[in-house]
Amino acid sequence: MGLRNIVVTLKVTPKPEEIRFDPVTKTIDRSKATNEINPADKNALEMALQLKDRYGGRVIVVSMGPPFWEPFLKLAVAMGADDAVLVSDRALAGSDTLPTSLTLARAIQRIGDYDIILTGEESSDGGTGQVPPGIAEWLGIPHVTYITSIEIIEPGKARVKRTIKGGYEILEVDMPFLASVELGCNTPRFPDFRRKRWAEREFKLKTWSIADLGLSPEEVGFKGSATTVDTLMELKPPERLRSRITGAPDEIAEELARIIRELLR
Amino acid sequence: MRDIWVFIEQDSGVVEESSLEVLTKAREIADARGYLVTGVLLGRGVRGIAGGLGRYGAHRVIVVEHPILESYLGEPYASVMGDLIGERNPDYFLASATRNGRDLAGRLAVRFRTGLQAHVVNLDIAEDGSLVGHVPGFGGNIVAVVRNVRGRPQMATVALGVFRPREAWGEAEVEVVEAKLDPSKLRARRVEVVRRGYVDLSKSRRVVVGGMGTGGDLTLVRELAKIIQADVGVSRPLSDIGVAPKDIYIGSTGVSLNADLAVIVGVSGAPHFVSGIRNVRTVISINKDPEAPIAEYSDYFAVGDLFEIIPKLIEKLRRGV
Ligand SMILES: Cc1cc2nc3c(=O)[nH]c(=O)nc-3n(C[C@H](O)[C@H](O)[C@H](O)COP(=O)(O)OP(=O)(O)OC[C@H]3O[C@@H](n4cnc5c(N)ncnc54)[C@H](O)[C@@H]3O)c2cc1C
Repeated sequence: MGLRNIVVTLKVTPKPEEIRFDPVTKTIDRSKATNEINPADKNALEMALQLKDRYGGRVIVVSMGPPFWEPFLKLAVAMGADDAVLVSDRALAGSDTLPTSLTLARAIQRIGDYDIILTGEESSDGGTGQVPPGIAEWLGIPHVTYITSIEIIEPGKARVKRTIKGGYEILEVDMPFLASVELGCNTPRFPDFRRKRWAEREFKLKTWSIADLGLSPEEVGFKGSATTVDTLMELKPPERLRSRITGAPDEIAEELARIIRELLR
Repeated sequence: MRDIWVFIEQDSGVVEESSLEVLTKAREIADARGYLVTGVLLGRGVRGIAGGLGRYGAHRVIVVEHPILESYLGEPYASVMGDLIGERNPDYFLASATRNGRDLAGRLAVRFRTGLQAHVVNLDIAEDGSLVGHVPGFGGNIVAVVRNVRGRPQMATVALGVFRPREAWGEAEVEVVEAKLDPSKLRARRVEVVRRGYVDLSKSRRVVVGGMGTGGDLTLVRELAKIIQADVGVSRPLSDIGVAPKDIYIGSTGVSLNADLAVIVGVSGAPHFVSGIRNVRTVISINKDPEAPIAEYSDYFAVGDLFEIIPKLIEKLRRGV
């Protein structure tokens, strides 16, 4: 019941609490923010590695982004991925979810031989969650969103658990399929120290341009997008009293009790 | 006449309330522009509830019935909806940003090579007919004003709880359309559904919210909630680790509260969390870290250990709320 390729899409995102908004230029300053593998994508990668541990197959991570993402892809390899592909091209700048899903779908086709494609449920920056079903549509394969586990029940067939309002549902899906994985549904493993050194020093990831994927500059980036951003705005925190209550626990409790009684009246 | 389609999500004949929110918003836009609003209802034996959708804003409702459509399932829903859109060519397509709404819209947008805006918190149609929405990002602190520039239908999913459904109009005209579906061709089939009951915290007047600072033990949170007659909510990690159901976490990927009072304990106040407490009238928080970001989002910020403060607070409140 060996699996063929398990492809994981992966994005690098700035920690949302560390980005700053410049109200004058109306741009987002990410320069001071720590970058990380998008949290939900890490859960997708962990799920892929667990599938590989159980059923075999090769785990390949694929990413569309600038060259500085390389170390993050190598981190994924250090965690256990067998190969990594970075699609990097200036023409991709400004892509909305339409060309992004197209580019990733083309890269996945080029990787080929896939049984399962896993993505995070959404990114912590854009957070649209639209790319996963989009990729599946470009590839013409079924997809299931918001899953928390996968089990292979017979060759070519898997059983997935999907979160729904009020609970969950179990679906049987034919391979190949795409699934988006819920944030926090597992605990991503730490990279093995020796594998990490190897990944950093010796492993060579594949870098593909859009030409490698048979895409023209008109199909991607700003030109290939179907939406445009007119402007950005910062949502200021709502006006709050911001009254600080300090002291011994008993004093604090007394004060809180007074406030709550007042509010409930 | 331009036509705005709204996906009416239902489960076993029960309409998802957020679909009505979208319907009403669509009607308000349509009335200002002289457009038509069409609700599209997929389900099993649902034609009886179609006409009533008019009261929430639909001029007409297209109904497609088939046993396989009883509950949302990605493939047949996308197939039926895709065929309808292909045949009728609506100008706009809106869905509530539920899990199912996003699942469907994400697929359809690529099928029609068109623009899709995600979980918008504001929505309008500009003079030139382009759909303009406010798309929150980075946990909700930054909003992008997004415009569709090509493709048809112009699409958006709409954040839950932002718009109010209104019963302000008359019955809708109903059209029942034959479903063209071959269930044997489905590549994903539902084999089991487990539901544990659902609480809608967006309607709660009072909520006590526990975060990771509780160490996953919600006993004190529940006790406090009981005394002040509040519902219990959590931060997302507590749902992720299985301590609480997934329907009760607060934040950008969970519920947005509209309560009069929220008592928030052991929550740091990450961007993805605080976007869910914007509309709370009074926020009280307890955190042992004086620098916790939640301070800025609180009316009253108590600095201390929740395990020391809450038992005393409960005791005092027991003596009379
Ligand atoms: C794409 C994405 C979407 C997300 N969506 C959501 C969402 O919708 N909702 C959400 O909540 N999160 C969401 N998150 C996660 C979010 O970023 C934070 O990780 C999460 O909100 C943190 O939860 P917390 O505050 O409970 O835990 P922590 O950040 O660990 O904070 C615990 C707090 O408890 C305090 N504490 C510890 N012990 C005590 C004690 N004894 N007494 C008092 N205080 C104590 C600590 O000082 C700390 O401030 C999302 C993340 C991503 C990437």
